[in-house]
Amino acid sequence: MKIFVCIKQVPDTETKVKISADGKSLETQNIKWVMNPYDEYAVEEAIKIRDAQPGSQIFVVSLGPKKRTVESLRTALAMGADEAIAIDSAEFLDPLLSAQALSLVIQMAGGFDIILAGKLSIDTNSSSVPQMLAQYLKIPHVSVVSKIQLQDKKLTAERDVEGGTKEVVEISLPCVISANKGLNTPRYASLPGIMKAKKKTIKEIEWASLDLSPASWNLIKLELPAEKPAGQMLSGSAQEQVSALVQKLRNEAKVLS
Amino acid sequence: MNSFLIFLETHSGQLKKSSLELLSWTQAQEGETNCVIFGSPAVDVSVLSAYGVKKCFQFKNTAFDLYQSELYLESLKGLCAEIKPTTVLASASSLTKDLFPMLAVHQNSSLASDVTQIQLQNGKLEVKKPFLAGKVVATLQMARQPQMALVRPNQITWVTGQKNSSPTVLVEKQKPDVKLLAEVKSVIRSSQSKLDLTEASVVVSGGRGLKDAKNFSLLEPLALVLGATLGASRAVVDAGWVPHNMQVGQTGKTVAPALYIAVGISGAIQHLAGMSGSKYIVAINNDPNAPIFQKASYGIVGDLFEILPLLTQEFKKVLEG
Repeated sequence: MKIFVCIKQVPDTETKVKISADGKSLETQNIKWVMNPYDEYAVEEAIKIRDAQPGSQIFVVSLGPKKRTVESLRTALAMGADEAIAIDSAEFLDPLLSAQALSLVIQMAGGFDIILAGKLSIDTNSSSVPQMLAQYLKIPHVSVVSKIQLQDKKLTAERDVEGGTKEVVEISLPCVISANKGLNTPRYASLPGIMKAKKKTIKEIEWASLDLSPASWNLIKLELPAEKPAGQMLSGSAQEQVSALVQKLRNEAKVLS
Repeated sequence: MNSFLIFLETHSGQLKKSSLELLSWTQAQEGETNCVIFGSPAVDVSVLSAYGVKKCFQFKNTAFDLYQSELYLESLKGLCAEIKPTTVLASASSLTKDLFPMLAVHQNSSLASDVTQIQLQNGKLEVKKPFLAGKVVATLQMARQPQMALVRPNQITWVTGQKNSSPTVLVEKQKPDVKLLAEVKSVIRSSQSKLDLTEASVVVSGGRGLKDAKNFSLLEPLALVLGATLGASRAVVDAGWVPHNMQVGQTGKTVAPALYIAVGISGAIQHLAGMSGSKYIVAINNDPNAPIFQKASYGIVGDLFEILPLLTQEFKKVLEG
């Protein structure tokens, strides 16, 4: 079985961001970059599938500036992936271009059975690329998956939808699965795994070498969200604070009807 | 000329408020608006007429009762080919976030999901979309047509239909023949009947300040009085007190209700990112230096175990009295 995992490197959730003078990018010097949390579930699931299917191989593919994304690819290799491919690209790509680039690179690698990815990258928040990738590759997909079961050439996946409801989906291979939290518990890279990963060659692909469509969106600007007016701290006894709060919600905020 | 196609969704047979929010926006634009709806709910044409909707296309077959992505995709592809909309809008939901990326590939269009503002500039759709769960707001201009956006619920102000136009024509559409390679076989429904966190207009969230998993239920009476949906911080989800679908934050759900009440949540940056779009934020915490107070519209420093029952009682008095 040939398994691909698409990963992205993103700013750690604790990162405080600053916008660069050009108004279109982030100041990167204080950003701690990590593998997108949802992609960790995808890598872990790929390892579980490979280990249960002798002769399988895992290829990890990433998009983004390669000088940093190679770190996340090494993390995936250290967790247990077999091969890594870095597509060197700009930041904040639109999801259609990302999916198109991934589809071209995956097709170049020749053959695939299962493609895994996180359900969402926590930087651009599009939750679109896995579904788009499946369409470019003309294969089915299930998104936001918290459980899978693989039998022969058929996979059963549970897809999380609103309010804790789950759809049970049967899907034929090859297919794309996007991983939600709950799918598994990602392993930490072992020390021997880290040592081994350091020696592996990461294949690099230049963005310009791919035959891609023009961008589907133009980034006009980035801004910090508008600051809220300073809040009010209530005072007095517990009962006094509670009464004041309810009155304010009703009369000032007008959110109680 | 602008030609809008609005994807309508229903909840218990009623049009979702988030769908009406989209129609509230289109009725103020120049151009023609049509709608599409899947499944068999009875469509109240008078509501749509008031928003100036010209036609409502309904894919009525029972095959649409479950969300079969490939079937929905083929149906929408056919409809887009027929009516050639310039702008397609839907509210961001589990279904649309799965379906529209597929459609965008086939229409060779532009798609921005989870946007908070939309406007047309000389016919081009410009959107505001949170990056990093709202730590940054990006302004994006759609470069291809049809231009498509998935708009978060509770962002566009809902106004009633004010157009005095001819009645909306309901057009029933046939189900296309599609071989399903991915097929929903069954649905495991949760017992939760509340609106999803992403759509709720009031959210009550609990954090580590509740001290123990069993104390999480102390939030329920408050949520009940307010008709709120319950949320949680990552800390208590990771501790296994509540399932992940209740997590609010950068690695959970981004919410923007009219009222967000954070109980015993200190306000880690990743939590703040997921809820700071809320209109009013109430924080209840025993630590006056908790970061959550920097985002709060109203803050109460105190023992939540003392405050919660008093607050529930007070809301009850005001709302039911």
